[in-house]
Amino acid sequence: MAAQVRRWARAWRERYPWEEVVFGFLFLIPLGVLTILFKIYPIFYSFYLSLTKWNGLAPTPTWVGLDNYAALLQDATVYHALLNTAYYSVGIIVVGLPLALFLAALLNQRIRGRTFFRTVYFAPNIASTVAVSMVWLWLLNTRSGLINYLLSLAHVPAQDWLLNPRLAMPSVIAMTIWKDLGYDMVLFLAGLQGIPKEFYDAAKIDGAGTWGCFRHVTLPLLMPTTFLVLVLTTIGSFQVFTQVFVMTQGGPMGATDVIVYHIYSAAFENFQLGYGAALSYVLFVILFVLTLLQRRVAGRDIYY
Amino acid sequence: MKTQTDPKLARTRPRVSRALRALLIGATYSLLGIGAMSTLLPFAWMISTSLKAGNEIFLWPPRWFPSVIRWDNYAVAWNSAPWGLYFLNSLFVSTATTILTLLVCSLAAYSFARLHFPGRNLLFLALLGTMMIPGQVTIIPNFLIVKRLHWYNSYWGLIVPEVGGAFGVFLLRQYFLSIPFELEDAARIDGASRLRIIFSIILPLSRPALSVLTLFSFMGSWNAFLWPLIITNTDTLRVVQIGLAVFRMEESTQYHLLMAASTYVVLPVIILFLLVQRQFIQGIQLTGMK
Repeated sequence: MAAQVRRWARAWRERYPWEEVVFGFLFLIPLGVLTILFKIYPIFYSFYLSLTKWNGLAPTPTWVGLDNYAALLQDATVYHALLNTAYYSVGIIVVGLPLALFLAALLNQRIRGRTFFRTVYFAPNIASTVAVSMVWLWLLNTRSGLINYLLSLAHVPAQDWLLNPRLAMPSVIAMTIWKDLGYDMVLFLAGLQGIPKEFYDAAKIDGAGTWGCFRHVTLPLLMPTTFLVLVLTTIGSFQVFTQVFVMTQGGPMGATDVIVYHIYSAAFENFQLGYGAALSYVLFVILFVLTLLQRRVAGRDIYY
Repeated sequence: MKTQTDPKLARTRPRVSRALRALLIGATYSLLGIGAMSTLLPFAWMISTSLKAGNEIFLWPPRWFPSVIRWDNYAVAWNSAPWGLYFLNSLFVSTATTILTLLVCSLAAYSFARLHFPGRNLLFLALLGTMMIPGQVTIIPNFLIVKRLHWYNSYWGLIVPEVGGAFGVFLLRQYFLSIPFELEDAARIDGASRLRIIFSIILPLSRPALSVLTLFSFMGSWNAFLWPLIITNTDTLRVVQIGLAVFRMEESTQYHLLMAASTYVVLPVIILFLLVQRQFIQGIQLTGMK
C-alpha cells in the first residue's frame, strides 16, 4: 500500500516538476488577479447589485430582492430597447454581410491593386467610432448634409435622417455598415483564399458554371468563416453604444435606444445602479443564449 | 499540377471567351472603384468641411472646394479645447495599457504553453470562457470596484482594468507552442532562469505575434469610449475620444471646427495603419483562421 502511494507520488512529481509548478502559478498571478478582479468577480457582484437599489452615493445599497427584475419585465422601454437592438442587428447582418462577401469575392480574383482596395475598404474600421459618428452626423445633416444633396441630384426629397424616428435607426445602421465593411470583407477574403483551387476545377469538370461553383463550392466551404463573421457581428451589434451616444442619444423618441444605451442611461444618468445591473444581466443572458444557439445551428465545434 | 493538362478540363477552359472575360474584369474594377470612392467619400467631405469658413459650411448646394481654404480652422479647433492634453493622455494610457498587456500576457502564455502544473488545461479553458463575457456586463461593477480602490478619475482606473485579456494570452500561447523546445533546453542547461529564458529567447522569436498583439492592444485602447467615459469626468484626464465627444457638445453647429477636430483624431491612427497595415490585416485574419 505504502509502496503504491510512493509510486503514485513519484509519477506525480515527474509529471509536475516542482519548479514548473511554482513558476507556472507564479507567472499566472498578474493575469489571474486582473481577470478575477475585473472579469469574474464582477459577474457575481453584478448579480448581487441587481438585487439591490442603489444610487452610488448612499453608503450602502438597499436590498430589494427581485424587484428590479420585476420592474424591467414590466417596463415597456426595456422591450423597446431590445427590439431596437434586434432591429439594428438584423439590419447590419442582412445588408452588411452579403455586401462584404460580394466585395471579398470581387477582390479574390486575379486583379491588380488588390492591396490598394483592401486598404481603402479597411480604413473606416481604423477610425474611431466617435470620429466616424461625427462625420456622419454632418453627412446626414438635414439642411446642409452631403447625403441630402446627392439625393437632391436624383430628385429625391431631403430627409430628416437623424430627427425622423423612422429613419434614425437605418441611418445608424448605414453608418455602422460603412465602418465595418472592410473588417468583414477581410475575414471573408481570408476564408475565400483558403478554398483550394482543386474544388473549383472538379466542379468545372462536372459542368458547373459561375453560379454553380458559387453555390456548391464557395458557400459550403466558406461556412466556418461565415459562421465566425456572423457570431462576431451578432455579438458586436448587441453591444452597440458609441454611435448612439454621439449621434442620437437614444432618440428621437427612443427610436435608437439600444440596450447598452439603456443600461448606461439607467446606471450613469439616472443613478439606478441596481436596475442597470439587472438590465446588464439580462443582456448577458441574451448574448449567452444567442451564442449557444448559433453554435447549435452550425452544428460544429468552432471553438479553438 | 495534373489539372492543368487534364484533357477533361481543356473542354471547359475556352467556355468564357476573351471578350467576356475582359468585360467581367472591367465590371469588377468598376464596382470596386465605385465602392472605394463611396468608402472614401465621408473622409473627403470631412476634410473639405474642415477647410471651409464657418458661414460657408451651410451653403446650399454645398461646395466641394472652399472658396478660401481656411487652414486656420485647425488652429482654432486646436485652441478651443485642451487637445494637446487629450492626445498626451491617450498616448500615455494606450502605451501603458499595451506594455502592461504584453507583459502580463507573455508571462501567462509562457506558463500555459511551456510549464506543466496541475489544473493547467482547466484554467486555460476557464480563461477562454471569460472571453465570452461582454464588456457591458462588467462596467457597472468595475466602476464600483475602481471607485472603492480610489482609482476613479485617475490613470490607474483608466489603465489597469483594461490590461490583459484572454485574447492576448491565446494568441501568444499559440505562437509559443511553435517554438522548438531545444532552444529552451539548451539555455536551461546553461543555467538560465525562467525569466531570462522568456525575455532573451522566447520573446525575441515571437515578434510577429507580439506585434499583432501590440497593434490590437494599442488601437483598442486608443479607440475605446465607454470605459473612459464612465471612469473620468475631469478635463485633465480626458482621452482623445471623450474629448471629441465633449467638443461636439460644446461646438454643436460649428461643423468646420468639429470636422477639423475629427481629422486630428483620425489622422494619427490612419497614418499608423498605413505603416503597418499588412501586419494588422494579417492579425485579423489570424483571429479568424482557427
